[in-house]
Amino acid sequence: MLKDITIGQFFPGDSVLHRQDPRFKLIESIIFIAMLFAAQNFTAIFVATLFAFFAYAVGKIKISLALKGLKPVLPLIIFSGVLNLFFITGGELLWQWQFISIYENGIETAVFMVVRVVALIAGMSLLTYTTSPIMLTDAIENLLAPLKKVKFPVHELAMMMTIALRFIPTLIEETDRIMSAQKARGAQLDTGSLKVRVKALVPVLVPLFVSAFKRASDLALAMECRCYRGGEGRTRLRTLKSAAIDGVCLTVTLVVAAAVIAVGFVPWII
Amino acid sequence: MSAVTTTNLRYIYGAGTPFEAAALDGTDFTAEEGAFIGIVGHTGSGKTTLVQHLNGLLKPTSGTVVLFGKDIWAKGYDIRAARFEAGLVFQFSEYQLFEETCYKDIAFGPKNMGLSDSEVDTRVKEAAAAMEVKDEWLTKSPFDLSGGEKRRVALAGVLAMQPRLLILDEPAAGLDPSGREMVLNRISKYRSDNNVTILLVSHSMEDIARFTDKVLVMSDGKVLLYGDTEDVFAEDGVLAEAGLALPQITRLALLLKRRGINIGAPRTVEEAAKRLLSL
Repeated sequence: MLKDITIGQFFPGDSVLHRQDPRFKLIESIIFIAMLFAAQNFTAIFVATLFAFFAYAVGKIKISLALKGLKPVLPLIIFSGVLNLFFITGGELLWQWQFISIYENGIETAVFMVVRVVALIAGMSLLTYTTSPIMLTDAIENLLAPLKKVKFPVHELAMMMTIALRFIPTLIEETDRIMSAQKARGAQLDTGSLKVRVKALVPVLVPLFVSAFKRASDLALAMECRCYRGGEGRTRLRTLKSAAIDGVCLTVTLVVAAAVIAVGFVPWII
Repeated sequence: MSAVTTTNLRYIYGAGTPFEAAALDGTDFTAEEGAFIGIVGHTGSGKTTLVQHLNGLLKPTSGTVVLFGKDIWAKGYDIRAARFEAGLVFQFSEYQLFEETCYKDIAFGPKNMGLSDSEVDTRVKEAAAAMEVKDEWLTKSPFDLSGGEKRRVALAGVLAMQPRLLILDEPAAGLDPSGREMVLNRISKYRSDNNVTILLVSHSMEDIARFTDKVLVMSDGKVLLYGDTEDVFAEDGVLAEAGLALPQITRLALLLKRRGINIGAPRTVEEAAKRLLSL
């Protein structure tokens, strides 16, 4: 069911990661991505993956949850793995059958790619698992604030993101409800040929759009009623405050990143 | 014969995530054919989850649902047959309208049943008449109608499937008083004309009091009380604990009973007056 998708979801908790300043968490996540792409050899990517496991432990989030979140992107991961496996040449020829051949480098690159993508998704999921959408957009707005100098509408962008994120669960719930209502009238949504299924989407999409537009206009009206006019001069309910622990976490991340990059330069490590 | 029977029904939401919760926790319930049964309980008590099991929209984690003598999750049973046997009208059903004209929208259910065009036509007209959907609306877009009118079209869309069991989740919620009255009266009339079984999920104890023969009280995914409406209403203590308020006249009668004037638990003012006068 739609509700079973965990990617991008927030799981409230009380771990160090949950309490961290979202700005630092965002920066740490970006460093983690950089780390994954800077990793030059297996040891480096192993260290980076280990770091992700460590972060999950600190955030008190079950690894099984991350694996469940990987399910929807599984076809993509398999596809990129298989592609690398068969099309990268170089090194020793290990196996050949008619026009298909697998080289040593192919296996290496395939494993490398799969681990990298899995770690990337798991790492990004951890950010949303431990940070509420509101906190996340607050952090983005705060970090992008310098762009205001060049007339970039930072606040508006953040507000749009907040609203979009806020309505994702609502719209998922709504879709679920409309799908149920049409199924109750005998609509075939999960069975039948592709043509039947595509046609069956019309009874779901029309009511969904109608209600989404209605919600949007209601919300706009409600915002205007409360004299909303953008970010100028507005104060915040929650101000972002950083504490010592944020510095510690950032330092740990930077040290690991430095280690990952350094390991890549040591010639005798694979 | 029973219209629907559930045995030890359990349903777990979000299994494996931190949000895991049992929406239904061992629900046993039987609806006799031809009965008008009310389902009450505060928000989150599992009413909507229960009714979505009766037409096979949700698959129970464990337990069985027997609809008109057939286990709907048994091998070889086409689950879509359950959708047509047990017609379910959702809360705020006007949001399910999507076709260009009301006629086409009401015809959506019967068409999915694979009926012939002439049969679909008769059913649409019958269902429209039953919900007092005017002829001129049939050629109009449902989006041009008012909220209450849309609701009646949506209800007709389910009636057109001619289900033997009709499940209504808050059919009158959000309507103005005359709209409520009309929808509930039409449903009641439809029931006596066609002898269908009706399950009415409602927060309004007044509506439950006026129309139902039996009441099922849900609490925390379990059946708290189930019996004839008057017997259930007499259990005011249990109902209060479940967060439900009885109709004013019933409360008054129960207070009178405590002071020594026993007129039972009448559901309407007329009934109470009659009983008082015959004392």
